[in-house]
Amino acid sequence: MCRLSAITASEYFSPMENIHALDTMKEGHDGSGLGLVLKDLGGEFEPLKEHPILSGICSHAGLEVLNDYMFSRGFREIYFWEPHVDPGFLPETGPRDHYFAKVYSYPKEFKNAPREEKEALLLDVRLRLRAMGEPDESIFVFSFYPDVISLKEVGDPMEVARYFRLEKEDSLKAKIIFAQGRQNTNYSIYLYACHPFFLQGYCTMTNGENTAFVPIREFLSGRGFPGYTGYNSDSEVFTHILHYTQRQLGYPLRYYKDVITPLKEEEMEGRRDREALKLVKKSLRPLCIDGPNCTIGFTPDGSVFMVQDAKKLRPGVVGGYPGKYALMSEECGLDRAIPDRDKKMDFSPMKYDMAVVSPRAKEMKAWTQLSA
Amino acid sequence: MDPAERLDNNHELPLKEFPYIIQWREDRCTRCGRCTAVCPVNAIEPTVRVQRKVTSEGPTPMPVASRSLEHVVSQVEDIDRYCTGCATCELVCPNDAIRPEYNPQHKFLFFKNQGGGAYRRGGRRNDPSPSTVDQLKFVRISMLTDPALDAGRHEFRIRTYLGRNLPAEELPVEVKRGRLARTDDRFVPPVREIYPIRIGSMSVGALSPHMWEGLAMGVAYLNEVEGMPVVMCTGEGGVPPRLLKSRFAKYFILQIASGYFGWDEIVHAIPEMTEDPAGIEIKYGQGAKPGDGGLLMAYKVLRHIAKIRGVPEFVDLASPPTHQTKYSIEEAVAKMIQSMSMAWGFRVPVYPKISGTTTAQAVLNNAVRNPYAAALCIDGEDGGTGAAYNVSMDKMGHPIASNIRDCYLDLVKQGKQNELPLIAAGGMGKSGALAANAAAMIMLGASAVDSGKYMMQATAQCFGDEYNRCNLCNTGRCPRGITTQDPRLYRRLDPDKVAERVVDVFKVADMELRKIFAPMGRSTELPIGMSDGLGCSDREIAERLQIKHVV
Repeated sequence: MCRLSAITASEYFSPMENIHALDTMKEGHDGSGLGLVLKDLGGEFEPLKEHPILSGICSHAGLEVLNDYMFSRGFREIYFWEPHVDPGFLPETGPRDHYFAKVYSYPKEFKNAPREEKEALLLDVRLRLRAMGEPDESIFVFSFYPDVISLKEVGDPMEVARYFRLEKEDSLKAKIIFAQGRQNTNYSIYLYACHPFFLQGYCTMTNGENTAFVPIREFLSGRGFPGYTGYNSDSEVFTHILHYTQRQLGYPLRYYKDVITPLKEEEMEGRRDREALKLVKKSLRPLCIDGPNCTIGFTPDGSVFMVQDAKKLRPGVVGGYPGKYALMSEECGLDRAIPDRDKKMDFSPMKYDMAVVSPRAKEMKAWTQLSA
Repeated sequence: MDPAERLDNNHELPLKEFPYIIQWREDRCTRCGRCTAVCPVNAIEPTVRVQRKVTSEGPTPMPVASRSLEHVVSQVEDIDRYCTGCATCELVCPNDAIRPEYNPQHKFLFFKNQGGGAYRRGGRRNDPSPSTVDQLKFVRISMLTDPALDAGRHEFRIRTYLGRNLPAEELPVEVKRGRLARTDDRFVPPVREIYPIRIGSMSVGALSPHMWEGLAMGVAYLNEVEGMPVVMCTGEGGVPPRLLKSRFAKYFILQIASGYFGWDEIVHAIPEMTEDPAGIEIKYGQGAKPGDGGLLMAYKVLRHIAKIRGVPEFVDLASPPTHQTKYSIEEAVAKMIQSMSMAWGFRVPVYPKISGTTTAQAVLNNAVRNPYAAALCIDGEDGGTGAAYNVSMDKMGHPIASNIRDCYLDLVKQGKQNELPLIAAGGMGKSGALAANAAAMIMLGASAVDSGKYMMQATAQCFGDEYNRCNLCNTGRCPRGITTQDPRLYRRLDPDKVAERVVDVFKVADMELRKIFAPMGRSTELPIGMSDGLGCSDREIAERLQIKHVV
């Protein structure tokens, strides 16, 4: 089962904090991959927050294709970052030519466009690049969005971190970092199957198996939104459900829990919004999951949350103090990430719960579905 | 002098041509006469024959021949009184002296057209080979990171929706102070939460009063005592008025078909109804007999049936093949759904039922575009009937598996698979595996399944099978008392026992569904369209249904 390590803080910190926490949970993953998503970037990226960052991996030939394409779409590169890899920790997939995070300025005609238009443009570019590079695996692009970097590679998380020399890397810091140590489940080991998944400001990583993957994928694919694609992992749908319920339908965050683990009608009686909830349950019936899953996610405003399935309850724990919280799939990861916290205040969400850490790690709130 | 044809018996049929041959044991028979009295088709009769006996009584062999008249039970060689193999004779024989035996070399259909009348019968398609649905297996067992659910310990909710679900984008909800709130600016179609196995449409008239009552009592018990929202469709034949006006009406789906039998009575009862029915099914076709309307033979139209249906006694009640008041099915679907919805104030789900066909997707798309259509029920070629032409039953219709799968995938393409539920009927439980068949159809894309024939077999020991055993439903001489209006016959059937068996059947199906869904990791919602869980060892079936080929 994958191990999950999320940290949110009011100050910038290094992804190594997440990776060390993952390392303590090593027994639970088979080291088939590491995925990192960083939001609210510090270091060299701090002054570039308004500009979209394209993160990915490509070959020499892929890079040329990518550069030409970005130029043709009117994007101008204003900053470039790549890890200085240590060949001593070469991943099992062999050397790759380029890992990159490229910061661009928007095309002229989009400079003053509304946010939705810019987001649609970025998504379109990312999907086209993906389509161009996927057949020969010359280009992998994981995210293209302002103030967000994704880094993924197959292999043991600690080894991958050493390969990227993340311990010595000062430029890569952020206030929200998600890391996942991958346990391959039903689908082949593949870079696009590596969590966390990101779409237009929404990000999740999940462990466990999503047994209802196929009907959920079919439902999302039918929503007419171009970003609902990919699905190399059964967990990718969790990101898209979050995006769909929050961004597309405009529901508040707590309804994410009501969509993936809906209450029975008789359980809704304690809810003031039960009439609306009954309708939502029926209309979004195919998005119900049965777990076992622990899902950790963030939303564009910087809220970070954890929810479980309503059945077998994959372990998950949230702890910390105002200014720094960690959301981990295991207690030992939390101990490694924030050893000086008050452990009595640790919270393990159960079947009806949703733990939400507010933006800038101000506080942690627990919601229960039964009396929202 | 007899003509030559009489002497050589050339125009008679030997028993070898008959589908069932009676095995009678002279040494065991006590000549009590029960078998000949009970035979529904008079295929056996008591008769006498001259028998030559050789006896020897002295101390030394002194054979003496004598002739005597013996009483025997013999099978008649009249094709109109053929033994149907029902085995009621065997059932009543106190001494195991008689039983029918299937004759695989029979030539029944060559001769069952005497007088120019095509063979009509009840039952379903006479094909004992396993149906496509019966060949499907559940192959994706959660093992690695996801241990299987526990069918006994975990909470399961095996429910489905009958009714049209609005897409989330069109729901009358808004965000108010951080919460969703319902607004009243949009019509929300009625949706019922029901059990995903329903009792399919079988009419009052086709079924005996005791059978219908037994089913109805079982359904009421399941709802009110067991908490299982099982619903039952009335079929085309009206509803007993007391039931219609009772609080139990909510467990019944009223069917309107092309004969409109009983609907004058139903419409007049509406003002006195205290509960809305579970739904209204508009029948356009039936899997057992595509292109034919309902058919109730005159000898089943006794006074009580005539009253419920609003017709004279002892007349053939043949519903036309189509709704005669409508110009086309498109118009019928649109107008009938709307008018039936209106009759109950748009509070009741109304949906069409069609026979399985390659044109099902055309009807589907019609229903998808009609905001008042609550579902689409498709009845496959293995559906049963109380009366139809043999050729319709055996040769007409479309297998349900690929029909439902195509329709579901069509809905997926349109992104509307959660809006219009598909209900699969026809052959569910044909080999006895009701829950497995239901689960497989659900994973192919159905939201619910209907079962009719299986219910008669499991709850009232209907003799019928795919070797054309019994299948006398159309004659009114059902030896089990299931499909007859003759009180001497239906008194054999105890409605309480039928009701008990209905409850047994659903409780077992519920447990078996859990045993199927648990290892596949589905418990709070039905695995509708979870086709990655299905496999089949037949490559062509697997490819056609877009499921895994496993060997």
